[in-house]
Amino acid sequence: MQNLAQHKSGRAIFTEKKYIAVLDRPVESSGDLFYTAPDRLEKRTLKPKPESMVVSGSELLVERGRQKHRVQLQNYPELAAFIDSIRGTLAGDQKALERNYQLSLEGTSDRWILQLLPLDEKMRTVVQRIRISGNADEVRSVEISQTDGDRSVMTIETPATP
Amino acid sequence: MREARHRFAAIALWIAFLLTCGSVISRTTFTTDLSAFLPRTPTPEQQLLMDQLRDGVASRLILVGIAGADAPARARISRQLATRLRADPAFVAVNNGEPVNTERDRAFLFNNRYLLSPTVTAARFSAEGLHAALNESIDLLASPAGLMVKSLLPRDPTGEMVELLGQFNSGSSPSMVGGAWASRDGARALMLVQTRAAGSDTDAQQAAMANIRDGFEKAAGASPAAQLVMTGPGVFSVTSRNAIKDQVSRLSLISMALIAALLLLVYRSFSALLLGFVPVISGALAGIAAVSLGFGAVHGITLGFGTALIGEAVDYSIYLFVQSEQGQAGQQGWVERFWPTVRLGVLTSIFGFASLLLSGFPGLAQLGLYSIAGLIAAATVTRYVLPQLLPTNFRIHDVSNIGRVLERWTRQAKALRWPAALLLLICCAVLLQNRATLLNNSISSLSPVSQEDVALDASLRADMGAPDVRYLVVISGPSRESVLHSSEQISLVLQEQVDRGELSRFESPSRYLPSTATQRARQASLPPAALLEGQLAKAAEGLPVRAQLFSPFLADVEAARTQPLLKPADLERTSMAIGVDALLIEKDRRWSSVLPLTAPEGANINAEHIRAALAATQLQDVLFVDMKAESDRLYSGYLHEATLLSLGGFAAIVTLLLLVFRSPMRVIRTIAPLLAAVLTVTAGLALFGQQLIILHLVGLLLVVAIGSNYALFFDQRDSATAISPRTLASMLLANLTTVAGFGLLAISKVSLLQAMGVTVAPGVILALIYAAVFAEPSKATSDV
Repeated sequence: MQNLAQHKSGRAIFTEKKYIAVLDRPVESSGDLFYTAPDRLEKRTLKPKPESMVVSGSELLVERGRQKHRVQLQNYPELAAFIDSIRGTLAGDQKALERNYQLSLEGTSDRWILQLLPLDEKMRTVVQRIRISGNADEVRSVEISQTDGDRSVMTIETPATP
Repeated sequence: MREARHRFAAIALWIAFLLTCGSVISRTTFTTDLSAFLPRTPTPEQQLLMDQLRDGVASRLILVGIAGADAPARARISRQLATRLRADPAFVAVNNGEPVNTERDRAFLFNNRYLLSPTVTAARFSAEGLHAALNESIDLLASPAGLMVKSLLPRDPTGEMVELLGQFNSGSSPSMVGGAWASRDGARALMLVQTRAAGSDTDAQQAAMANIRDGFEKAAGASPAAQLVMTGPGVFSVTSRNAIKDQVSRLSLISMALIAALLLLVYRSFSALLLGFVPVISGALAGIAAVSLGFGAVHGITLGFGTALIGEAVDYSIYLFVQSEQGQAGQQGWVERFWPTVRLGVLTSIFGFASLLLSGFPGLAQLGLYSIAGLIAAATVTRYVLPQLLPTNFRIHDVSNIGRVLERWTRQAKALRWPAALLLLICCAVLLQNRATLLNNSISSLSPVSQEDVALDASLRADMGAPDVRYLVVISGPSRESVLHSSEQISLVLQEQVDRGELSRFESPSRYLPSTATQRARQASLPPAALLEGQLAKAAEGLPVRAQLFSPFLADVEAARTQPLLKPADLERTSMAIGVDALLIEKDRRWSSVLPLTAPEGANINAEHIRAALAATQLQDVLFVDMKAESDRLYSGYLHEATLLSLGGFAAIVTLLLLVFRSPMRVIRTIAPLLAAVLTVTAGLALFGQQLIILHLVGLLLVVAIGSNYALFFDQRDSATAISPRTLASMLLANLTTVAGFGLLAISKVSLLQAMGVTVAPGVILALIYAAVFAEPSKATSDV
């Protein structure tokens, strides 16, 4: 956690696979992630369709094509779960995470897995579990298992800094 | 005997007149709303502006801010207050960010998606159209927003709900703190309230404000540090009405008291004081009754002006009392010697004010009528009734001593001619220098709302992200169906403008209540179940979905093909109902639909582009209105008109004097001091940084009208009637009462009244001084 807390800002490449029951095969998307401490997170999807999602504070701005949506995170618990978990982990803010999740950490400080179980009843109807794994101070993957059996796996790579 | 009959007739007539005025006034409505500022014969755009100001959507909004205490307390108060107000029938909508209608709104949109969505066309339900729509929906599943639409896929694979939600949520809203809207800096909790009553219904707005305050106090009980602020057009009407009421009643009381004290000091007789007010009260009653008959209602500003006119109407009785020789014969003598001059003074005033009657600005026309009726009544009562009422041996304190002092001063005043000429030159220079900024061209200069209230309004609006409703497209027609149909066509044009970035967004009632023709067309574009199933199977080829998944979709489409069409009642208790009710209006059997436009962020709407695009549709009865440009145009029209009318009034006075005197030199001598006074006052206002508004111009006209009385007295050519100490004393007293009346307006908080006060009060003093300075030296010395 302390290691993570040293993150101030950074850029990463993500690939996300969503396993959805109604679909025969997983849907895949990829793009860039930007993080600015303490609470700004931008997910810029490049494939299959350009789209951007910017979270800052409690506000979420989604841009897709010509459409722009500004929403309050608290109205969308599924999204809030995803965002809070990543943001909290990147910020190394254990207290913020503990407010919403029951935490358990496995592995070594080099290869760790952080498991988050939502505390909120309403959130539990949507999100069952979030597993974040990493090497040292880098987050490598985020897996969100939904209550209805669907899940998504996001793998994150930090581009080699020159 | 004949004398007594005469006397009886005059008094009886007068009492009958007062009773008539009284009965007219008892049935009069008094207003303080915007009506005084709106044109009498509006253009279609102005009519629209007026309708919007009176009962448009924006006129019903109250912006509420809760400041003080801490953030959780503010949010708690906001939620409790909102709960209370939502149960109050006086409010149509109460929004503080809480998701109150969400469930109902979503159900309405979802259940009627095939009637509401503009993307429902025959092409979309062909095999290719379905394939494209499915592909889009699957892409959406991969996005962060996908979580929200996943459950909808089996029933709505073409994404109509996403389309509708996109339209519905495209406005920006404030951020949430503790479950309620808060300003960007977090210092205030915010709420937007829409009243059922129109903004012009000031009583209802006042009641609504009281309910909000009441609810706030109950909710804030535990947090005494919390404060409530409110703003909005209705709030403005209420505060300005209170300000006008308060000012009018207070000013008229103080004005009466001041003038009474002044008269008492000079007359030293209570009966003279009471009798002196007889013409004043007659004039005031006549003025109010005349305006009531002429306009159907009397505006508060007119009454405020009336308080100032007390000081002018009392002059006639002052002239009678002071100028008369002692005793009964004295009043007869006054009638012979002075009445012609006073009559001419009254006539010049009336000629001056008559031009105001022509004004298209009802506020000015009311002032004109009030003044004319009031002055005629006051002068007539002074001439024909007051002498009859005077007791025998009526006498006031002899003012000859004051008069003699004044006479000495007047003789010395001639020495001031050169300095006065120099002063006038300086004034001309000041005016030349400031000519560019002399007039205030902003409509807000007419508003009785204080600067602090305007600033609060601007800051709450900025917090709320609720810009002024400035641009509107208004479509009118004979039926709801026809205006909805036109609104749909116009919406297509406007959507193009949104796509091009000319607009950020627009609203239309047809979005939530499409015309029946459009609803039918959408239904007709839905294929029958068997056909749709086949096309869907074809569409799903090559996509990671099985067509079987969509059997709920097939059932929903089949149901939509025959579902009853949407009626206004179906919207009830959804958030959309508020929009439709406010934007779709029936008035005098004519329907109109209002489409508010929002400018792109950080830019203005290019009115020419929008107008051209609308004109290209060749639809009739479609108006694009820029409310701000319209009201600015309205105001500059008034200002221009007021300038012309003031000049016209002045010309009328000059013509009258020419006709009476038949000597241009004499007219010039009478007019010169008045012009000098006008020049000096205007230069003074410019030096003090007061930009002239309409009421300053009217004030200048008043200076000429009132000042002409003084100039006329100084101009008595006949040496037998040369100006006497008594006359001088009466003029000074008359001047002082006028200054007292108008001087009080100068401290008024209502800008309209204040403007008139700061012009007239110094103006009449200057007119008297200039009249003395520039008067022809009298050859005969007085013999009193």
